[in-house]
Amino acid sequence: MPKGPLVRRHSLATRLTHWGWAISLFFLLLSGLQIFNAFPSLHIGQESGFDYDNAVFSIGAEQVQGEWRGITRVFGQSFDTTGYLGLSGESIPGLKPGEFRAFPAALTVPSYQSLALGRSVHFLFAWGLVISLAAWLIFSALNGHLRHLWPSLSDLRRLPADLWDHLRFRFHHSVKYGPLQKLTYALVLFVALPGMILTGLCLSPGFNAAAPWLLDLFGGRQTARTLHFLIMLGLVVFFIIHIAMILLAGPINELRSIVTGWYRTDAKGEHHE
Amino acid sequence: MNDRRKFLLGATAFALSGCEILDGAGKPDSLFRPVFGASEGLTHLAQRGLIGDALAPEYTEADIRQGQRPNGSTNPETAEYLALRDGGFRDYRLRVTGLVDRPLSLSLADLRQMPDRTQITRHDCVEGWSCIAKWRGTPLGLVLEQAMPRLAARYAVFHCFDVAERSLSGEVAYYESIDLMDAWHPQTLLAWEMNNKALPIANGAPLRLRLERQLGYKMAKYIHSIELTDTLGLLGQGQGSYWADRGYQWYAGI
Ligand code: HEM
Repeated sequence: MPKGPLVRRHSLATRLTHWGWAISLFFLLLSGLQIFNAFPSLHIGQESGFDYDNAVFSIGAEQVQGEWRGITRVFGQSFDTTGYLGLSGESIPGLKPGEFRAFPAALTVPSYQSLALGRSVHFLFAWGLVISLAAWLIFSALNGHLRHLWPSLSDLRRLPADLWDHLRFRFHHSVKYGPLQKLTYALVLFVALPGMILTGLCLSPGFNAAAPWLLDLFGGRQTARTLHFLIMLGLVVFFIIHIAMILLAGPINELRSIVTGWYRTDAKGEHHE
Repeated sequence: MNDRRKFLLGATAFALSGCEILDGAGKPDSLFRPVFGASEGLTHLAQRGLIGDALAPEYTEADIRQGQRPNGSTNPETAEYLALRDGGFRDYRLRVTGLVDRPLSLSLADLRQMPDRTQITRHDCVEGWSCIAKWRGTPLGLVLEQAMPRLAARYAVFHCFDVAERSLSGEVAYYESIDLMDAWHPQTLLAWEMNNKALPIANGAPLRLRLERQLGYKMAKYIHSIELTDTLGLLGQGQGSYWADRGYQWYAGI
């Protein structure tokens, strides 16, 4: 492929804040799974039903015909997830319920069971996420990146063609983001990450006193906890696609752009701007 | 393709080792301790500024759909407690001591004769679950008013009957502390009734704390006495509460 000029694609602010939230989200995810393990079930409403059932998701260990199995329940449907969820790795056979691990050691920070340390890590990196997202918003508003990122009407018109190109693995390397890229990044930056922060704040009894209306908006504390988990899953899916796209579009060029800012564009005529 | 494979391998190795990166951060001498301390201080400051003296949400009778799930100690067994329990807590005296002008010794009847408050609130456990129940008790602020804290007093420390840990070095009774801003908050109660019945033993009889804007472990059960102090350094291992001494946050508003 003939090469086009090298352009400056990302400002310093975009690059620094990107690595700020990427590192923060990495630790938030793994410490979040640690925290989840302390009470591995998700409910709808204000409270967790003990005398009644309002659970939508749970991971546990149960005895099936005398043998301990890891069981994951989604909307009342059970799945045997022994080896991955509920019972995994070092979980000892014949263990008492309560000694099982919902998410395995390989997916939690720290690797051993520690709600206290998991919480310390989670809240430290929550500040990292909030600060990098706020810094991104301020700098992007000032340097015009926000206007560029926001999907315009013409972006929406070009969306089907862009989608079709992506499905055929045809990637365009221009100085600007494509329509699909803009839409995805906007979803992450304006919906998923703020949603993550707001549902997380609703799990704080202190914050509930400050903003009871937000708790009502999310449908109660346990619903907020369920949403916090769901958005996490959404971000994991985004992350997998994000990395796949980078690999497909040319990892060296893409990585250079988000580290140094410089990006090799396609030769003239290669992209259909 | 080669680069891609290398990159993938590297990323996978990073993700897999991620879980062990902070395994050492739980040790008391870990370099992460002061960093966590700073972030917790920031959280405390931000929440104080944001919340002020706002009230925790309150619910209605219709929201009480189950009993209050007991957690932690549910049946203290010290001789002192058993003797009080067997006497129906008639001989129980709540002592208020420390930096006060008028040390107090109050029976349950004394407390019940004071103006009381009833509130239906949600109890959030640090583990992640929540439970709604109705609590009735004497606002801590009214008790403090009688005891008249000195100007130097900054914290209210709760000494409890229940032994939370038995180790070679002896028995450790539960202890917890709150600052005076929380102590004077109208929803902060010394509760003696739960869901219209005398406070059950599993939930902290004869007297427990309700601190509605923080997590469950702050709400000391089986209160033996309250001490007003200007420092938490002399309590337990110096972090201000049984669980704070075990790595949990002293400020548990989140
Ligand atoms: C942890 C989760 C991550 C999230 C939520 C995330 C999110 C984002 C977002 C929102 C953008 C657009 C930023 C802007 O224009 O202001 C972006 C760009 C980018 N990210 Fe990530 N990212 C993550 C992790 C990573 C990782 C681990 C890598 C590399 C291995 C990476 C590589 C890139 C690259 C190369 C771009 C620029 C894409 C382009 O110029 O077309 N990201 N990311």
